Amino acid sequence: MEKISVNSISKSYGNVEALKEISFNVDEGELFGLIGPDGAGKTTLMRIITTLLLPDSGNAKVCGYDVANEYKKVRTLLGYMPGRFSLYQDLSVEENLNFFAGVFGTTVQENYDLIKNIYYKLEPFKKRRAGKLSGGMKQKLALSCALVHKPEVLVLDEPTTGVDAVSRKEFWDLLKELKMQGITIIVSTAYMDEASLCDRIALIQNGKILGVNTPTGIINAFPYKLFSIECEKPTHALENIRSLSICKNAYLFGNSLHFVSNNEENSPEIIAKTLEESGVKVDSVNEVSPEIEDCFIERMQRQ
Amino acid sequence: MKVASEVSGNNVIEVKDLVKRFGDFIADDKLTFTVGKGQIFGLLGANGAGKTTAIRMLCGLLKPTAGYIKVAGYDGFTQSDKIKENIGYMSQKFSLYEDLTVWENIRFFGGIYGLWGKQLRERSEELLQNLGMDQHRDTPIADLPLGWKQRLAFSVAQIHKPAVIFLDEPTGGVDPIARKHFWELISKAAYSGTTVVVTTHYMDEAEYCNQIVIMVDGKIVANNTPLELKKEYQAKTMNDVFLRLAQSASRTE
Repeated sequence: MEKISVNSISKSYGNVEALKEISFNVDEGELFGLIGPDGAGKTTLMRIITTLLLPDSGNAKVCGYDVANEYKKVRTLLGYMPGRFSLYQDLSVEENLNFFAGVFGTTVQENYDLIKNIYYKLEPFKKRRAGKLSGGMKQKLALSCALVHKPEVLVLDEPTTGVDAVSRKEFWDLLKELKMQGITIIVSTAYMDEASLCDRIALIQNGKILGVNTPTGIINAFPYKLFSIECEKPTHALENIRSLSICKNAYLFGNSLHFVSNNEENSPEIIAKTLEESGVKVDSVNEVSPEIEDCFIERMQRQ
Repeated sequence: MKVASEVSGNNVIEVKDLVKRFGDFIADDKLTFTVGKGQIFGLLGANGAGKTTAIRMLCGLLKPTAGYIKVAGYDGFTQSDKIKENIGYMSQKFSLYEDLTVWENIRFFGGIYGLWGKQLRERSEELLQNLGMDQHRDTPIADLPLGWKQRLAFSVAQIHKPAVIFLDEPTGGVDPIARKHFWELISKAAYSGTTVVVTTHYMDEAEYCNQIVIMVDGKIVANNTPLELKKEYQAKTMNDVFLRLAQSASRTE
């Protein structure tokens, strides 16, 4: 069953088209990722889904309720964690949690099962003001507050931005646990490497969806052969490599280069030979499977 | 690829047994490392690991408690003003003035770093040419795409040709194409001899560095190339290496 359905949504701010005819569905119990850079339209889309913003055209439904006409109902079914830390900084951990439970007409005790895995790490600091917590702790408190009324759908806007790698991993582990409990989750991120942690993803750029699929599906749909090249002075070699007729695209990828081949016949041997002939000192060439970042670049350039 | 420590005699950063204490709290405990000229050096650590304190000492903003520190040839205890003149700094929340134009921002930052007259004009033109932003010199920053702002911020942080440039989570949030452009710019700066120090929470940025130091609870627990670290910890990515080392941390922010 679809928990979220988005149909042809468009939204402009003045001359800026933030969203252009966006459509996708999120199924019950899915962990759905909205992957795209800053300014892609992720936050606008989430604000529409959470009934905080009206689209110019198109519609969206949460659990079958329209986000515009039935917004009051939708709000009771949603938990929302905005990108900016939006809890009361001068209230304590405990006070924030009680406040959000109260707003939704429930108590912390009633739904404690749902948040206990998250909250137990905060418990020792329950008297501390929210403003005085570390980044990872703030994030856990915000998640607890978004969950305290036992929502069916959880909407998380860039929860891991600016959070260290250890806390990020813990956070994604928590999302997996929540998913096991049947909660449908839509989460946005600008970091391509988080895509593989989702069941399905939508790649979004300049207000348009570049593709919706499972991470593996997106990777399998990459239409070209991709090679990883290790060579001397990769940045200098790039200019040479891009001018070769067998090269569709080439860019830095960590300490190596990624080489997108423009034909099926290219092999590591052919590429190594062609590069050597053009004066690039090659250490190794290997055919590799693309990562989400490669797929994103390819789809951006298709537009 | 050479690790900095192999290029001895050509070190731009030298740190030995560097300690910073705040009261009873030892933020940085006997840090020892060197960074060679033209290296891309990544300093990684979870929140509370002591990274920020280390960077503040390297930038000449904080006086160490004990040890030895030299940046761009200047002593971190006695010549912190000299250090400040010879470094550049860019954070993810880069500090360009949104309502000034590209050209006005360049002139402003040039002025701060003590450039004026003919030298400032020439350096500004060179910078605009290199960025390919010549036609946009009169565009307000607010109207530029994020990727452009980032490249401009990186360039103005180097307008005085510093020996070292510090980058704090440099590519967060930009689209992958802009990101690749930006790393090309960083690599070019490194090839031309500028030492680049990167601090980041995002381990895929660490893959671009040629030397990595990982800090846990105020101490250095690893110092090597990303390739060697991945081999040593039998990990596929720097993220795996980092999690292996940093999950043992007992300190948080």
